[in-house]
Amino acid sequence: MHEYPLTQKIIKIAEKYALEHKADHVSKINLVIGNDSGVLADSILLYFEIIAENTICENAEIVIERVKPLLKCKKCGQYFERKPFSFSCTFKDCGGDGEPTEIGREFYVKSIEIE
Amino acid sequence: MSSEINVMESIYSENEKIADELKEELENKNVFSINVLGAPGIGKTSTLIQLIPKIPYKSFVIEGDIASDLDTQKLNALGIQTVQINTGGACHLDSPFIRDAAENLNVQDGIMWIENIGNLVCPAEFFIGEHIKMLIVGVTEGSDKPYKYPLAFEKADVILLNKCDLLPYVDFDEDFFMAGVRKLTNAPVIHISSKSGDGIDEAVNWILSVKK
Repeated sequence: MHEYPLTQKIIKIAEKYALEHKADHVSKINLVIGNDSGVLADSILLYFEIIAENTICENAEIVIERVKPLLKCKKCGQYFERKPFSFSCTFKDCGGDGEPTEIGREFYVKSIEIE
Repeated sequence: MSSEINVMESIYSENEKIADELKEELENKNVFSINVLGAPGIGKTSTLIQLIPKIPYKSFVIEGDIASDLDTQKLNALGIQTVQINTGGACHLDSPFIRDAAENLNVQDGIMWIENIGNLVCPAEFFIGEHIKMLIVGVTEGSDKPYKYPLAFEKADVILLNKCDLLPYVDFDEDFFMAGVRKLTNAPVIHISSKSGDGIDEAVNWILSVKK
């Protein structure tokens, strides 16, 4: 829902680093977006084209690295992928309750490529 | 020639920096801040109207809505110092909004309540300088909400289960609700009715027990 202002922030961050390095143009922005970050990657791509127009980031390629969320089992300590509608640990026959972790909530600019 | 520059910067970093500064500023002014989250119509304002008179500190309220100042009018009419933020469509409040509103309210020595935009999704994602998050949910919403909107529950420091006076009339499976909540958080769940005032004393006592 809030991808428009978030896309503006992505461009702001890329601009800041590009200007610090005296670049003429940003050709690529590498993002990391966790699947549980609440951010819709497709919306970022859609807005980016519009917002980046007439900026140093115009026509930059957006590369998105997705991260699958992991829960941590309270019983055996293993990290595991959550099955839909379940919190149960999938490691061997553990079946303990998993708790949410920060893995899968990433939302950051990893790097940019400049010219 | 193109070259790669390492950035590793969170897209939320600007919001978080302002939120950290604001929290520190609030502490310097002896203000405890509560971010109130909940869906539209769940009784966020009605609960504030019940809680505030029972709190032995001055209250300041920041009302967040997409449009209108109806809630602000209601609170100001009760003598509660309130300012309105209209986001004009944005689904959550972020910290620059709160910093400006706190300055407008001239907060000092008390509790600053931030009634976030009615939405169980986006407000949970943004730290806005608060000390605690208070989630208000209701028996009318159904018992599956912790499963469908886990982040709001996970981030909550306290959960008020509102509209409990309607329990005899709705199909609310409290065991299923609590099982979902307990997978996500150990935060206390307090049964209240913002209409009758039931449970409000317990909520007030909990708030006073954590207030710095």
